Amino acid sequence: MKQTAIALAAGLIFGAGLAISGMADPQRVQAFLDLFGAWDPTLAFVMGGAMIPMALAWRVQRRMAAPLTVSRFDLPGTTKIDRRLAIGALIFGAGWGIGGLCPGPAIADLAIAPAPAAMFIAAMLAGMAVHKFAVR
Amino acid sequence: MLPGFPDAMPLQGLAGGLMIGLSAAIMLLALGRIAGVSGLAARATGLAASGAPRSVAIAFILGLPLGALLVSVLVGGVETTFPASPWPLLIGGLLVGFGTRLGSGCTSGHGVCGMSRLSPRSLFATAMFMAAGFITVGLLRAGGLL
Repeated sequence: MKQTAIALAAGLIFGAGLAISGMADPQRVQAFLDLFGAWDPTLAFVMGGAMIPMALAWRVQRRMAAPLTVSRFDLPGTTKIDRRLAIGALIFGAGWGIGGLCPGPAIADLAIAPAPAAMFIAAMLAGMAVHKFAVR
Repeated sequence: MLPGFPDAMPLQGLAGGLMIGLSAAIMLLALGRIAGVSGLAARATGLAASGAPRSVAIAFILGLPLGALLVSVLVGGVETTFPASPWPLLIGGLLVGFGTRLGSGCTSGHGVCGMSRLSPRSLFATAMFMAAGFITVGLLRAGGLL
């Protein structure tokens, strides 16, 4: 219960941050990726801003034996670089450029522009389902 | 606001980014997890076999539109411009869904959480998806599709 409430609060702060930052706007995201057009650096500020609390959080995390509400950290490995990672990231980046959306902003946009956001999310879930059933 | 870039919103970008980082920090220090939206979305919808507890994933994912709604109400609307045709949304969505699962993360997991951890895996993935994004938008522009 406590964990669920914390996750809801974290999601709420994340979604609010996306809406404030301009990252929920597909046109702005495409403008950031448009190096040869009218380049808009706003997303670099979003990334930079997000790095600050997280860089501090990782320093704190290294001194903690366990997280505040559960018995252990459940974190992914950091070293394995393989073809799956490279191809997956390249495909994701292509889709990000085509639609101007990545998963977080797309889901947050359900509250701002429900019809196009839902269309993107339906396709995104279909893509995830294709991965689940086709890649082993 | 930013000399040379009339459309940029550096302060809003920075403020929103700080909130995103704060959210990820809460997920890490309180729940011991990465705030990776693609993984949590897959977990919330039953498309990932392992990961966060379902209730945690669902709560975080529900929080995203609630937070955006709150901002939209408080500031009187958030500006978004979507592609005019459904095709970029459908094709883009399909590629984002498949690619983030194959590559184990997106802008939040690899970008925000992994890069700030100096994870070589995430630094590599972020370089890959950024490069693919730049090239894709460059090609769309060259082809007159943007």
